[in-house]
Amino acid sequence: MTIFRQTPESGGAQVATKEVTVINKLGIHARPAALFVKVASKFDSSIIVEREGEQINGKSIMGLMMLAAGAGSQLKLIAEGRDAEDAVAELEKLFQRKFDEE
Amino acid sequence: MERTFQGIGVSPGVARGTIYVFSVAEEVVPEYDVKPEDVARELGRFEQALIATRQQLHELQARIATGIGSAAPSSILEVHLSLTEDPALIEQVTARLESDMKNVEFVFHDVARKYIRTMQELPDEFFRERAVDVQDVTRRILRNLLGREQRLLSNLPPDTIVLAYDLAPSDTSALDREHVIGFATDVGSHTSHTAIMARSTDLPAVVGLHNASEHVHDGQMAILDGYSGTLIVEPTQQTLFIYGQLEVKRHSLQERLDGLRDLPAETLDGHRIAISGNIELPDDVPALSRVGAEGIGLFRTEFLYLEKDEMPDEQAQFEAYSKVAKGAHPHAVIIRTLDLGGDKLPAGEKIPSESNPFLGLRGIRYCLANPGIFQTQLRAILRASADRNVRIMYPMISGVAEVTQANELLESVKHDLRQEGLPFDEEIQVGAMIEVPSAALTAEMLAGEVDFFSIGSNDLIQYTMAVDRVNERVANLYEPTHPAILRLIRNCVESAHNNGLWVGVCGEIAGDPIYVPLLVGMGVDELSVGAANLPRIKEVIRRLTYREAQEVAAASLHTNNGCDVLAMLNALIQRIDPDLLG
Repeated sequence: MTIFRQTPESGGAQVATKEVTVINKLGIHARPAALFVKVASKFDSSIIVEREGEQINGKSIMGLMMLAAGAGSQLKLIAEGRDAEDAVAELEKLFQRKFDEE
Repeated sequence: MERTFQGIGVSPGVARGTIYVFSVAEEVVPEYDVKPEDVARELGRFEQALIATRQQLHELQARIATGIGSAAPSSILEVHLSLTEDPALIEQVTARLESDMKNVEFVFHDVARKYIRTMQELPDEFFRERAVDVQDVTRRILRNLLGREQRLLSNLPPDTIVLAYDLAPSDTSALDREHVIGFATDVGSHTSHTAIMARSTDLPAVVGLHNASEHVHDGQMAILDGYSGTLIVEPTQQTLFIYGQLEVKRHSLQERLDGLRDLPAETLDGHRIAISGNIELPDDVPALSRVGAEGIGLFRTEFLYLEKDEMPDEQAQFEAYSKVAKGAHPHAVIIRTLDLGGDKLPAGEKIPSESNPFLGLRGIRYCLANPGIFQTQLRAILRASADRNVRIMYPMISGVAEVTQANELLESVKHDLRQEGLPFDEEIQVGAMIEVPSAALTAEMLAGEVDFFSIGSNDLIQYTMAVDRVNERVANLYEPTHPAILRLIRNCVESAHNNGLWVGVCGEIAGDPIYVPLLVGMGVDELSVGAANLPRIKEVIRRLTYREAQEVAAASLHTNNGCDVLAMLNALIQRIDPDLLG
């Protein structure tokens, strides 16, 4: 069992970006953040989440919680790597599904 | 060798059993330099600690899944698991190890502290509160790094006395209720979580034992005396003998008190007082029924929230409230809406995220600032009220506007329920908790908005006297018999009665025999106390005449210092039943 992650491969890099809005009532609090990280970590691509110019590692729950993205926040998802398009598409669905909260 | 530790007895009773040291004070984190060639080894230790933490969390998850059967707590464990593999955290620790050349526990502790501090400073309360999760996990990782074992309060051997630095709601939510017979903590006061929990589970507890947890070990035999506030470790034969004698004496008092179970709390001249119980958890109801409580005067709902670390949904709340309402039927249950803030923070972490939390966003203020959470709770309470034995109480009311605002939300929730055809008590009683001096002074105005008052004496005294009684340097100024307190209580009672309301007291003074004649004499209609204290309160009332209670109350109101009032009350109780002060 290993916990330390491999540095994501950025060879053959594609970049995908998507603007999303937080529509679940409670925002990206702990549980949605954990869900986001779980999905983001399935992909090889690096994932960046940007809010009002601030960027964090989308595979870091700490980073996501610190963004304090409440309902209505506008976020930008930036994926870079061979599966960037898929990563962004799947993460966007989480927002649309309101993180299965409501 | 026998050793005695003196603390404060906060829940009566004597326990004789085996010590289990649950926790010690804040971990001491060593700091030392490491050589460049040792960095890899330090990183390896970090990785091992993370792996160990993950395994413990998985075990905890499995236990919760089989034990409580609710999805809520395991979802918070998902969050904790995710934190143990956070790349940002791991990268920072790795980078700092290489730049600082310090041991990994020191580096990790420092990095974790900075994260926690940043989270505590987030402007949004809801996000800020999640700092407790980060703190919880990082403490776990740190303990693994330091090679300290993680302790639990479940699956303990029979007759266990739990000794801890402090106990938080998150610690006691998995408490082994069958085998724990008492609680002892290094810190705390009459109003800390340990004290409240012990009284509601009817187990002896002693707090404020200073550094006992550092000097006592697992498996040592001990006597915990919740009356005198002592913990006697490895008692001698002589001490055991003395305690044996005392037990016989207390046993006979207990038998006398047990005999009161089905008798009314009525003075010798026929004045009736309602005595109900304070509870923390639905599981506390049976202990109250055993002592003959007339319903529940204070059901503190924040523990639902604190033990799960996040707000349970409407259905889970509804089920918990219904369980209590059914258990108390035909008597009533007063459900106090969420009273978070102050000293009650999620997961029991006493991190002041506000510079002055007791004057901050707590009680009804928190609820009005988070109407979503509040309305969910009101819906759940109303739905549980269909059998018409549920009442609602708002905490920390400071003036009329808050009551009006809360009532408007309540009306809107009632409207929704009607639309949905869900049954509830249309005439549900609503009360205000009187614990802020401004509310006590304007009780006359509040009376128009509610059906009853319940005086929360702990906070009322603290706010009126401007005294934090946990602070040893000023604790002597905490005086329940101060003329100011007596005047505030009198004002509440008069305002209530003038407007056809009833008034109760649910703070600690209601459960202390010495203050009972005073409260009864001032006209208080209901006393709500912990199960452990209930029988002796009933005994005081049954040995008193309403007339002498009124006389002592009138005399107290004419006395210009609290000590004289206390002396007068003491003389009265000595005359009625000196054993009760035991």
